[in-house]
Amino acid sequence: MQAVAERAPPEPLGRVSTDWKGAIDCDVHPHVPDIAALTRHMDDYWRETVGVRGITGFESIAYPPRAPLTVRPDWRGDKAAGRERADTDPKRTAAALMDRHGFAHSILNCLYAVQLIRDEHMAAAFCRAVNDWVRAEWLDRDPRYRASIILPLQNPELSVDEIERCAPDKRFIQVMGLAAGEQPLGKSHFWPVWQAAERHNLAVGIHSGSSYYHATTGSGWPSYYLEDYAAQSLAFHTQLGSFIAEGVFVKFPKLKLVLIESGVTWIAPYLWRLSKFWRGVRLEVPWIDRSPVEFVRDHVRLTIQPFDAPNSGETVGRLMDQLQSDQMLLFASDFPHWQFDGDAMLPGGIDASLRKKILIDNPLATYPRLVSPH
Amino acid sequence: MTRHVVARAAELQPGTRKLVTVEGRGIVVLNIKGELFALSNTCPHKGASLCNGLLTGLVRSTKPGEYQYERAGEILRCPWHQWEFDVRTGRSYCDPRRLRLMQFPIAVEPGASVVEGPYVAETFPVAIEDDYIVLEVP
Ligand code: FES
Repeated sequence: MQAVAERAPPEPLGRVSTDWKGAIDCDVHPHVPDIAALTRHMDDYWRETVGVRGITGFESIAYPPRAPLTVRPDWRGDKAAGRERADTDPKRTAAALMDRHGFAHSILNCLYAVQLIRDEHMAAAFCRAVNDWVRAEWLDRDPRYRASIILPLQNPELSVDEIERCAPDKRFIQVMGLAAGEQPLGKSHFWPVWQAAERHNLAVGIHSGSSYYHATTGSGWPSYYLEDYAAQSLAFHTQLGSFIAEGVFVKFPKLKLVLIESGVTWIAPYLWRLSKFWRGVRLEVPWIDRSPVEFVRDHVRLTIQPFDAPNSGETVGRLMDQLQSDQMLLFASDFPHWQFDGDAMLPGGIDASLRKKILIDNPLATYPRLVSPH
Repeated sequence: MTRHVVARAAELQPGTRKLVTVEGRGIVVLNIKGELFALSNTCPHKGASLCNGLLTGLVRSTKPGEYQYERAGEILRCPWHQWEFDVRTGRSYCDPRRLRLMQFPIAVEPGASVVEGPYVAETFPVAIEDDYIVLEVP
């Protein structure tokens, strides 16, 4: 990656490639432009509270605005040209993705930093506002958009309430939390949330990110953003181990868990460790009655951007061998994050049949609401 | 298929086991509540000797927090990495299709028939009035 370009090149227009037709983009991030966009969707109490307390918004350091990763140069805002970031605008986002490539759907995973709010009632109010903003400003403006319900995981009961509130709208196809919160998400504390998701045919998405409730690594606070971002995959190790060992998939056999923006290739060595150690200590968790890797094949999916490997074909092939499944990878652009240049949205080494699975079949099998919305 | 006399029946009381070597092969012979089992002594993982492994029960569960303890004494755990083997089938719990212990047919035969043989009893003399444990080895 290069430094952020001084002036973003204009978004290319007019060329629709057929290679991507019908694809389902499973990770697109709409950006809340300012607090007013949310207060419009708050009740009187919370709207006044935000104003009186002078709350200007919640920003996580997960994506520092000027870090190269945060927004690809051609999708950045340009004050001089009077242009906002592309991810604040449903039309320009659609132009960059669905219009340009012929995707069937873009799944919106809003990363507004609700996880930072320690007051769980305020967190729930912000989640309601974010979800309603997504609905009004994005879902209602383009029938191809789908979205995740953002949850106030600070409190499972409030999370269930939010699921119940949003679930009647079938354009919500997933519930979403972050990889690093207060406790591992497989714990029984959270089961009512996963139960509600399963009941409504909603997948459970875990996106990289932290509530900064704990240090971002298991060994304490690192010093640099570089370390923080690279350590994200460790949080995914924890969550995957937790979902499996706690028996979430035994308890909720229809549940699909989608690991979003996790980096993908960490999963093979981790599963090797998990499955190997399970053989000797499985008596601790006898409900895990077959190898953890089999639960993963049945229940766990990963979005393909970013893909932590050199762009040679070998890694994909080796990963497929190790996972023994061609159903686990889901196509994602991770828009507007700068994970690839041009249209190189997939790593090398994917043949036509695997490509179709990643782009279309696997997302359809993961998100039941994409298939039968009513 | 060769039949080998490996012990006097009286030597292997219920709850005991014995490691025998037949044609250079280690075989663990177990008497579990009066029933006899003979399995390869070599763990298919890293080759530990299984004969001193813990004999335990089969723990099963249908949901988190549930522990069903069944078939006490019929599961042999490898002393090294604790993988479990079912003495009735030789199969491992963790990978029953690929990781299994070879089983050998085992029976108690009266001394009279053993003396007539085609039996191999290299290590000790056989008396007509005793019963013997006989293994079949391919
Ligand atoms: S040697 Fe038996 S389990 Fe490893």
